[in-house]
Amino acid sequence: HASALPAENVNTRQRFPCCGLLRLFNSQCSTTATDIISTVEFNHTGELLATGDKGGRVVIFQREQESKNQPHRRGEYNVYSTFQSHEPEFDYLKSLEIEEKINKIRWLPQQNAAYFLLSTNDKTVKLWKVSERDKRPEGYNLKDEDGRLRDPSMITMLRVPVLRPMDLMVEATPRRVFANAHTYHINSISVNSDYETYMSADDLRINLWNFEITNQSFNIVDIKPANMEELTEVITAAEFHPHHCNTFVYSSSKGTIRLCDMRASALCDRHSKFFEEPEDPSNRSFFSEIISSISDVKFSHSGRYIMTRDYLTVKVWDLNMENRPIETYQVHDYLRSKLCSLYENDCIFDKFECVWNGSDSVIMTGSYNNFFRMFDRNTKRDVTLEASRENSKPRAILKPRKVCVGGKRRKDEISVDSLDFSKKILHTAWHPSENIIAVAATNNLYIFQDKVN
Amino acid sequence: MFVRGLKRKCFDGEEDIEGTLAGFKAIPSYNLQRQSLLDMSLVKLQLCHMLVEPNLCRSVLIANTVRQIQEEMTQDGTWQMINTQSAGQTSLDRLVSTDILCRSSKEQAEGKLVPVYSTFTKDCEGTQSQDNSEIMSTVTSPQVPKNLQSNMWEMENPQENRGNFQKSLDQIFETLENKSPNTVEDLFSEVDNSYYDLDTVLTGMMSNTKMGHCDLETFPSQTSTNSKSNCKSDLNELDHIVEILVES
Repeated sequence: HASALPAENVNTRQRFPCCGLLRLFNSQCSTTATDIISTVEFNHTGELLATGDKGGRVVIFQREQESKNQPHRRGEYNVYSTFQSHEPEFDYLKSLEIEEKINKIRWLPQQNAAYFLLSTNDKTVKLWKVSERDKRPEGYNLKDEDGRLRDPSMITMLRVPVLRPMDLMVEATPRRVFANAHTYHINSISVNSDYETYMSADDLRINLWNFEITNQSFNIVDIKPANMEELTEVITAAEFHPHHCNTFVYSSSKGTIRLCDMRASALCDRHSKFFEEPEDPSNRSFFSEIISSISDVKFSHSGRYIMTRDYLTVKVWDLNMENRPIETYQVHDYLRSKLCSLYENDCIFDKFECVWNGSDSVIMTGSYNNFFRMFDRNTKRDVTLEASRENSKPRAILKPRKVCVGGKRRKDEISVDSLDFSKKILHTAWHPSENIIAVAATNNLYIFQDKVN
Repeated sequence: MFVRGLKRKCFDGEEDIEGTLAGFKAIPSYNLQRQSLLDMSLVKLQLCHMLVEPNLCRSVLIANTVRQIQEEMTQDGTWQMINTQSAGQTSLDRLVSTDILCRSSKEQAEGKLVPVYSTFTKDCEGTQSQDNSEIMSTVTSPQVPKNLQSNMWEMENPQENRGNFQKSLDQIFETLENKSPNTVEDLFSEVDNSYYDLDTVLTGMMSNTKMGHCDLETFPSQTSTNSKSNCKSDLNELDHIVEILVES
């Protein structure tokens, strides 16, 4: 009963031949989480999708296997496992609460039947093992089926316990807890390509961990000034290079990116490369620095480029060119004249993330009013889409949206003043190889897929 | 929004409020806008009445904005003019009273934005989005409860560094921890920790500038103010805050 939508959707005036963006449809109007979703991440195969929320919970979705019986259900993501990753804590020394909100989830590449992921709140990183159990042993000698110990004098013969099938159970167990290494709030974690180490970054420091060792970590970046009143810049995001295990980047609140090589020295205070775009003097205002603050940095899958997100733009940088980005995309430039209001209501401090598609040809980021934007780097086309129940019936093709900047507002357009700034899409994820995207809109998770055939 | 307030009250038909300095008419509006941004930023820095540690990135960005405004004001002479006109002593008195007013009213109102604004404005109606003209209106010197003030003066012995006191604003103003006596800690030990930051900022500055010698009698003389001196006192306040920031 899946609606057979025509190949050419009459609502669409613009054609986006890039990767079938034209035909993204609402594959699942999600489960509504009880809490605001704070992070979304596909694993390396795209089979699993993890979300973390403000309540410290992690929900993992698994993609349905293809089935001949139910072809229309191909590719749907169903809940696979739910667990409480972090609990709220209280720091008695400082009389402060430590939020249980999950800031980031990062998957480890799969090396056996179990899945491993890192999840972090402001202070503590945890390694979780998610594994299936579909058999259980029966026929113990020393205890009966209920688990009670048997009277040894009653045992007259020995038997070998056998494994019998049981209902599939997915269990998540915390395998490592990496605590007490961060004075400030953790904003990023990144698994190294050696799969043995990972880094965690807070506002002022970056630490390198070995997965096996929880009671110590190496500090590899420290930008805390000796005199805190000289503090003018903080670390906002950090990531390892996808292939070179000695290389990582970190971004700052002043709009700069530093690339560091861990072979150069133990403490990577001196960067190997420094990426910064010269300021445009004509656009200078009191808010210039705030809107230049980078909220997310991501390596391309190829490792040749990095993408950064600041308040109004997404930029792509070539690792070989430090003095300016090679591409700049305007996410919502119509907000430039509203910066003072956005400063007053704190929206100017919203941290939007950005993602690459599997082939690094399209980039995606979120905006307000539940809008999210995609930019095709090859054709230079872009599209604005909306993640909302009202506007996306299940399996309906997403209709491009447009914000009207002034003058006459056309029928389907929305004016800047009507935008809902409480509906912000900060977290999105793109399947590593297919055109499947996950978009977190406050409490709701949307999964959109490319309609092929 | 304050921009609309500007238009209605001060500049009928004024179009370009966004900051061009073209013409004499635009200059006051730019200054007002800048002042309002400064006030807003200071309030944002002081509003840390949360149980959770405030966002350091946000605090740093706001503090940088404050510094930027102060630098610009210094450059175009507004800052120096203000500084030379007011005596250091009177500014200290003002700080004392402001702090006490902030603290007591904050305690009462349980940390709402309103009482903080009331230190800067008169007859504050109570919402964050009040007109800029209200923000700029005259401020009458608040009545200072004498007993509270005397308590402040008594606290003079410096104490050790507070150790792991690490709210984000406090990190920015960490120098206060090292230099100033821990008067705040003692006096306000009953007070909700979330007000630490405002207290730290203001009382720390007072301690630094030897407020112990201030003459309380001078305080009533400040009751008559006009809009100009209101700007002055706001800027004096900023001056002291930014002194800490730029270590002048």
